[in-house]
Amino acid sequence: MLLDLPRRSPAVARLLLIGPGIAVIGLFMLIPLGLMAYVSFLDRGAYGGVVWDQHTVEAYTSFLFERNLDDSLTFNTDYLQIYLRSFLLSLSTTLIALLVGFPVALYMSLAPAKWRNLLVFLVTVPFWTNLLVRNYAWILLLRTNGLIDQWAAGLGLIGPGESVSILYTPWAITIGLTYSFMPFMVLPIYASLEKLDFRLVEAAYDLGATRLKALARVIVPLSLPGIAAGSILVFIPSLGSYVTPELLGGSKGLMIGNLIQLQFAASRNWPFGAALAFTLLAMVLIAMVLYLTRFRKLPE
Amino acid sequence: MTIKKTLKTTLAALALVAVAAPAQADGELFIYNWSNYIPPDLLKRFEAETGIDVTLDVYDSNETMLAKLQAGATGYDIIVPSDYIVPRLIEEGIIQAINTKSMENVGNVRPAFQSPYYDPDLEYTAPYMWGTTGYSYDADRVPGGEVEDSWGPFFKPAEELKGQVVALNDVSELYTAAAYYLGYGRCTESATEAQDILNLLLAQKPYLAMYQSDGTIERMIAGEVIMHQQWNGAAHRTKMERPSVTFVYPREGVPYWADNLAVPTGARNPDNAKVFINWMMAPQNAAEVSNYTGYMNAIDGSGEFLDEALKADPAVNTPPEYQDRLRANTPCSAKAIDLRDKVWTKLKK
Repeated sequence: MLLDLPRRSPAVARLLLIGPGIAVIGLFMLIPLGLMAYVSFLDRGAYGGVVWDQHTVEAYTSFLFERNLDDSLTFNTDYLQIYLRSFLLSLSTTLIALLVGFPVALYMSLAPAKWRNLLVFLVTVPFWTNLLVRNYAWILLLRTNGLIDQWAAGLGLIGPGESVSILYTPWAITIGLTYSFMPFMVLPIYASLEKLDFRLVEAAYDLGATRLKALARVIVPLSLPGIAAGSILVFIPSLGSYVTPELLGGSKGLMIGNLIQLQFAASRNWPFGAALAFTLLAMVLIAMVLYLTRFRKLPE
Repeated sequence: MTIKKTLKTTLAALALVAVAAPAQADGELFIYNWSNYIPPDLLKRFEAETGIDVTLDVYDSNETMLAKLQAGATGYDIIVPSDYIVPRLIEEGIIQAINTKSMENVGNVRPAFQSPYYDPDLEYTAPYMWGTTGYSYDADRVPGGEVEDSWGPFFKPAEELKGQVVALNDVSELYTAAAYYLGYGRCTESATEAQDILNLLLAQKPYLAMYQSDGTIERMIAGEVIMHQQWNGAAHRTKMERPSVTFVYPREGVPYWADNLAVPTGARNPDNAKVFINWMMAPQNAAEVSNYTGYMNAIDGSGEFLDEALKADPAVNTPPEYQDRLRANTPCSAKAIDLRDKVWTKLKK
């Protein structure tokens, strides 16, 4: 009787089918996010944590304003500067990943079909190792008298005992992030290039296009969905990255991830940490919505 | 073997375990300690001497440990909290009174550790290891081969050291050192004093290669930098590989931290925990931990069991004339921490 219900009522059947999906989204996304949003409006506890029944917007006010000794507010760009730095760094990471990743994806899609799966497999190999281990590997490569210094000295680019000094600079963070997220760029582009009908490229040649022109006018526009997906997949995790800036950067300038971590640990200001995370989320969401609405207008 | 028979043997085995388990339970001890903070051989010796089975679990920060206990983890008999977090553990009822003063070996505890600010009567804790945060430099590569025993050479380095100095990427450690150099308290609530600290740190920043707490030992050994804010145990391990490295106890004040043995409220074997704590206050046992970790213990008479290299290194074996430079990391008010946080954000914006 009860088991018959889904078959007799399509509404119940639908509910049963969507149910698990909704439960997962609710359990693993909406509840934690809602909790974070709620915490950002609470008063901070003396030892960290929050006071559950004291509500305030102090956390959001202090993102933009500084409270003077006389309790008046002045505009404060400290946190905006940290956000701007993170955005710029993520942007350069995305650009470099695109410049390196696109040719790789193109090469993969042009390889004989029997090799393609092996190439895809090779791109994902770095994921077998923990992110932390891969970042430490970069420390060994980039450090003073590390492998890169030895190679540079061997090639005569730098004198003996000198160093290229990349580690603990923003460059090291960019290298580390680009390396970590490269597969996220390569795979979506490859997915869209693999479906590309290469007869269109031949047609472009027949119509007198040079190789560069065929690339710019035919291949790139047709792989735009992949490029967009790849860029988003690299840009967003870069923005919130914590381990790589912590290990490879010299920490002379804070990144968003490290700023948030600081609030939950040493500063014992959980509401502000939650507010910072939520502000980041809002910015990313707005950027995504703008980007996607603009994207959908492009011709298919 | 038939299924029925298998089932029978399994049941019999289970019954055996069930009978054996309670008998074994009074011979167990579950320790929750920092990683790499107790020599495995010492635990084996404890097992051999007392017949108590030890299980070790590890954590990486006081906050991790606290979060796990607050979330209701029971079954740990020993935890190793640092000084500043002890009052909170007591206040929230996470650790129980063990009355260390009544233990046989408590007489071995050095006078300086008989009445710590966080547990004045040693009612809840017993001292484990302690260390200081000063800075070290490579005597072969500083002008004059020596720097004065002050925070000055670290906060206002000589021109030759530009880009060769590293500060710990730890707001509490760096802010405290700067406050002491300027003659302020580490928990200052004065905005003008905080501004002075910020100015000092901003002036130091161009001279720094980086802010990094990770890999301090390797960086100094490899000679990547000349001066490094450092923990004394790390400085000792650096000196083992690069003997020209010297650890400085600045006269303006050196922050020190102390880790302690304590028993959580939910401990299943509190009596064994007390046996362990008493055992750890014996000079030879405490010395073995120091030999392993490179940090000093708080037990009188442990000196004769220490490795020669450790004993001979003033970085670890603090000379008596420097004792009055050590300052405890007392917890700060929310107001002081807000100021500290603002300074840090402005330093790194």
